[in-house]
Amino acid sequence: MNIHEYQAKQIFAKYGVPTPKGLMAESVKQAVINAEELGGPIWVVKAQIHAGGRGLGGGVKLAKSIDEVKSLAEEILGMTLVTHQTGPEGKLVQKLYIEDGADIKDELYLGVVLDRAREMPVIMASTEGGMAIEDVAHDTPEKIIKVAVDPAIGFQGFHGRELVFGLGITDKAEQGKFIKLAAALYKLYLENDAEMIEINPLIKTGSGDFIALDGKMGFDDSALGRHPEIEAMRDISEEDADEREASQYGLSYVSLDGEIGCMVNGAGLAMGTMDTINYMGGTPANFLDVGGSANAQTVAKGFEIILKNPNVKAIFVNIFGGIVRCDRIANGILEATKLVDVHVPVIVRLDGTNALEAAEILKEANIANVIAATDLADGAAKAVAAAKGE
Amino acid sequence: MSILVNKDTKVIVQGFTGKEGSFHAEQCLAYGTKIVGGVTPNKGGTEHLGKPVFNTVKEAVASTGATVSMIFVPPAFVADAVMEAADAGIDLAVVITEGAPVRDMQAAKAYATKHGMKTIGPNCPGIITAEECKIGIMPGMIFKKGNVGLISKSGTLTYEGANQVVKQGFGISTAVGIGGDPIIGLSYKQLLPMFEADPDTHAIVMIGEIGGDLEIQAAAFIKEHITKPVVAFIAGQTAPKGKRMGHAGAIVSGGAGTAAEKMAALEAAGVKVVVSPADIGKAVAEVLAK
Repeated sequence: MNIHEYQAKQIFAKYGVPTPKGLMAESVKQAVINAEELGGPIWVVKAQIHAGGRGLGGGVKLAKSIDEVKSLAEEILGMTLVTHQTGPEGKLVQKLYIEDGADIKDELYLGVVLDRAREMPVIMASTEGGMAIEDVAHDTPEKIIKVAVDPAIGFQGFHGRELVFGLGITDKAEQGKFIKLAAALYKLYLENDAEMIEINPLIKTGSGDFIALDGKMGFDDSALGRHPEIEAMRDISEEDADEREASQYGLSYVSLDGEIGCMVNGAGLAMGTMDTINYMGGTPANFLDVGGSANAQTVAKGFEIILKNPNVKAIFVNIFGGIVRCDRIANGILEATKLVDVHVPVIVRLDGTNALEAAEILKEANIANVIAATDLADGAAKAVAAAKGE
Repeated sequence: MSILVNKDTKVIVQGFTGKEGSFHAEQCLAYGTKIVGGVTPNKGGTEHLGKPVFNTVKEAVASTGATVSMIFVPPAFVADAVMEAADAGIDLAVVITEGAPVRDMQAAKAYATKHGMKTIGPNCPGIITAEECKIGIMPGMIFKKGNVGLISKSGTLTYEGANQVVKQGFGISTAVGIGGDPIIGLSYKQLLPMFEADPDTHAIVMIGEIGGDLEIQAAAFIKEHITKPVVAFIAGQTAPKGKRMGHAGAIVSGGAGTAAEKMAALEAAGVKVVVSPADIGKAVAEVLAK
């Protein structure tokens, strides 16, 4: 689960990570009140969406008067912001953050993520702040300092020294401030089951203070149960409505821009099904994992969600029956076609336990737009042909 | 022969009397797995599925001589269960439970490693040595005995792959579902040399997916150390960047962990890489015919 910048900064404050003063607004009127309360003389008006690259997309702008705050708030609030992380459809800006302007001398980067290879959190720092860290990692990997910190020993002095010497921070007072900040961020990461924390840019002011100008945080969904205060920060308007509806029924759904709806059990097979459709010249309309217990209700819900997408020209149901027997799934599919009006061809491939009985059930039911397939390749080929109207 | 488990392996179940634990333990027993008991706190001294129940793993190990534990406890208790197994001297813990927090698994795996205990999972179908020992939730009847080893991040692709291998007239020695979480136990790199050393495994199928770099590490390892033919499929070639595809680990972030780079690395290591999972069986037949 991701949170907004203004929420991340509330958490920063609890851990003693310095941030500029700022206030969230959901209306132009509130934005002006916030600006007056902050006092100026310079303000930054920032779009609050769950994506990076907001500045480049025109969602972060500087104001030098209250009037300018007002006109920028009018411009940004309600706009659809497109950044390299939102996809071409962009995201609607529904919240603003009005913040004090800062005295920027240097821009750095500081983050904490899980290093999957070393199996411990790694603190990443760079002098190349303000840029997409992915680009820095690609173009100049030597400019990213990585310090893995084993939770069994916690953040030690040497971790801090590796960071500041790696960044070339020579002033002793500045070293102390930076190390304190990195230690606080690491503590925040562990204590809140964060998945990722990123400050980009972390600025150094003219007086040698480090301030988090931005804040991005994601949390481990599996651990939200023990962090009700984080869970409470969830902004459902930032999530895809269909993906959210699907998850309420135990389905994992991601919409794509192709023509063939996919309903599969298991994440790996679901991706493999999309890959096979693509390989055979078709385009998948979605990823949909119905999980281990495909029954009439979940299959019906799956059809419903897939068919909300007007681009869908055929549906490929690919289920490998294991513990759940195929004959039961076949009956579930038949029942689902009665619950939902499925107006496109449905190609059904059921393999595994009792696959032959399942094929019989589908054959006997003899429903016009339900087409049985013998295996994955056959099913994908039939789905691609059906989507093309063949 | 096989790897890690066989018909003589003594297995206990942590979370034995729960709904999931009971159902799957019964299926494993029916398959022939030597389940010698289980652990459920405060139910010690009773019997379940005809096997003794213990309060602690230590008691279970002392009384039964079990070396492997199959773990079905709820997500919040997985780390505790894994560490208890390690502390009790279990050799291998197979963690089926889905949804354990990453931080918990990090600590649990570090502790297990320190105690010399191997882990498989979490969030995986388990391990099966065909027609001998099933420790997990996979449909046993698909896995006919044979000479193909299988390692997979995905549950249903494990079944898909095994089924195709069997339909081509071959069979499975051992299949291991390693799971797709950010922190997992045994991975390709540890399992590949076991299959290389197993005289009854003649070819290896590895099924990976987007996210992380375990497949890249495996490619480097195969190049140096594996002489047996390897067939690979990487799921998620058509997955968009930044979107999580079901598994917590299946996400392409910052351009890293793509299917394309993994496929290229494996091909460069001499692995037969298939573009569609529908071709796994045929590819196995081809490499074994050589």
